[in-house]
Amino acid sequence: MTITGIAAIGAGLAAIGAGIGIGKIGGSAMEAMARQPEMHGKIQASALILAAFVEAVALFGVVVALLQG
Amino acid sequence: MDLVTPGFGLVFWTVITFLILLFILKKFAWKPILGAVNSREESIKDALAAAEAARREMENLQADNEKILQEARNERELMMKEARDIKVKMVADAREEAKFTTEKMILQAQEAIQSEKKAAVAELKNQVATLSLEIAEKVVKHELSNKDQQEKLVQEMLGKATLN
Amino acid sequence: MNLRAFRTLFLGVLLITYSAVKAEVTNTEQKEEKKFDPKEMIMHHVKDAYTFHIIDIHDQSYSIPLPVILWTENGLTTFMSSAFHHDYHGKEVVEKNGGRFVNFHEKIYQLDAGAATLEIGADEKPVNAHKPLDISITRNVFMMWISMLVLFLIFIGAARKYKKSENFIPKGIASFVEPLVLFIRDEIAIPMIGEKKYKKYMPYLLTVFFFIWLNNIFGLIPIVNGANLTGNIAFTMTLALFTFVITTFSGNKNYWKHIFWMPGVPVPMKIFLMPIEIIGIFTKPISLMIRLFANITAGHIIVLALMSLIFIFNSIAVAPISVAFSLFIIVIEIVVTAIQAYIFTILSALYFGMATEEHEHH
Repeated sequence: MTITGIAAIGAGLAAIGAGIGIGKIGGSAMEAMARQPEMHGKIQASALILAAFVEAVALFGVVVALLQG
Repeated sequence: MDLVTPGFGLVFWTVITFLILLFILKKFAWKPILGAVNSREESIKDALAAAEAARREMENLQADNEKILQEARNERELMMKEARDIKVKMVADAREEAKFTTEKMILQAQEAIQSEKKAAVAELKNQVATLSLEIAEKVVKHELSNKDQQEKLVQEMLGKATLN
Repeated sequence: MNLRAFRTLFLGVLLITYSAVKAEVTNTEQKEEKKFDPKEMIMHHVKDAYTFHIIDIHDQSYSIPLPVILWTENGLTTFMSSAFHHDYHGKEVVEKNGGRFVNFHEKIYQLDAGAATLEIGADEKPVNAHKPLDISITRNVFMMWISMLVLFLIFIGAARKYKKSENFIPKGIASFVEPLVLFIRDEIAIPMIGEKKYKKYMPYLLTVFFFIWLNNIFGLIPIVNGANLTGNIAFTMTLALFTFVITTFSGNKNYWKHIFWMPGVPVPMKIFLMPIEIIGIFTKPISLMIRLFANITAGHIIVLALMSLIFIFNSIAVAPISVAFSLFIIVIEIVVTAIQAYIFTILSALYFGMATEEHEHH
């Protein structure tokens, strides 16, 4: 297996992690919004910020993959 | 690898462009827009505050009116009560006076009757005395002439005199 | 817009895209000898370039030449990028100001003294050339300036409207701008920085938001596709650097205390936390830089990869599927343009808020 192939697998693994993380955030945000529709805006904003944080970690992985690819 | 290596040229131009953009937009766009929005919000806030103050004043005024009205009503009630009291008192006074006068009159009348009666009794006594004297005179005169007749006369006279 | 009009528009767009793709397919079929390399095509679209390429019709490239500005040992050297005649394989040598220049994969190399042509080594890197200091007006710079002009037009125009109306009632372009400006103020600046200090940072936040958003949108327009400014790490790095500089300079005593000597935890923990917090100062802007770059670049790569499927399979039958998919991705990307601009702005505001926060004792 070439280094590019390994890098691609690494990017895929990073995507899995981010997927789980963002999925959990999204699910909890939905639940919270359903429970308190009046807090909709605030929950959405915080969910987006948290998703951005989780995503950043995955994107570091992607960038490492890009460095190798 | 190439993709994640920042090129110097773009960094250089981005810094310049962004600084120009920031400076010009700050001066000619953000300041006027934010200023206008702020002053509009201020004026809305002021208008709302003024409306609130007016409403409160109105409420105060209403409360004042209510108070004045209540006071007037109380005063009227008080006056009415006073008038009623005066009326009652006057009636009572009049009744008292009348009663007093009547009683006095009755008393006077009784006194007058009493004194009349005394006078009458005294008069009667005088007349009885005079009458007795006249009888005695006549009897004495008659006795001197007839003994029987004298007796009879005295009897007669006495019979008449027992009336009183 | 009612549903029928929307459906007609949608079909129209699909048809136009389809016919355009069809034309290109026949074009590639004509020159069988040239093998299609999706990676090279995608990379050339995503990366910066020296010409503003618009369209290829029957092997004829239509593009706007842009000035190349180099700083070599002989001083400032400038020439138009049209001197390369659309060559980016390092074959066309331009002689100017005593230096020989080639365009190798959209990077300008200066041939070493004595060399006549570019030699490429086994690792696909030039052997006998070096990179001069390059501050050319590339297509990204060109696009950035266009976006700057558009921003001036929109916002200075909007600001003029306010001056004219005495009741400050937004009209025309101002009624479009004002909700966005208020959104930045009420949803980003005030909650993140606080009522007291947000005013100082408003110009930066507004500028950064609209600059990123507009360039994200420009990156999606097919005719200027490839002017992938916000998907270029140099651009995102610069903006992240601005946020970093502002955060660092507006950091108050409390901020630095929380980094170097975290209050409220035992001393061994303070020592343990210090390096983490110091690394944190730098990872924040780095994550800002990478997030924007990777999101936008990834979107472009996916759209282009879906389009490449047609040429990889070399059949028209794949076209409707890949057009439909890439349309779907483009619609998502339209949302992403706004979300990424929003996230960059809100995180910048969050960092400013952290730097200026007055802590109560806890």
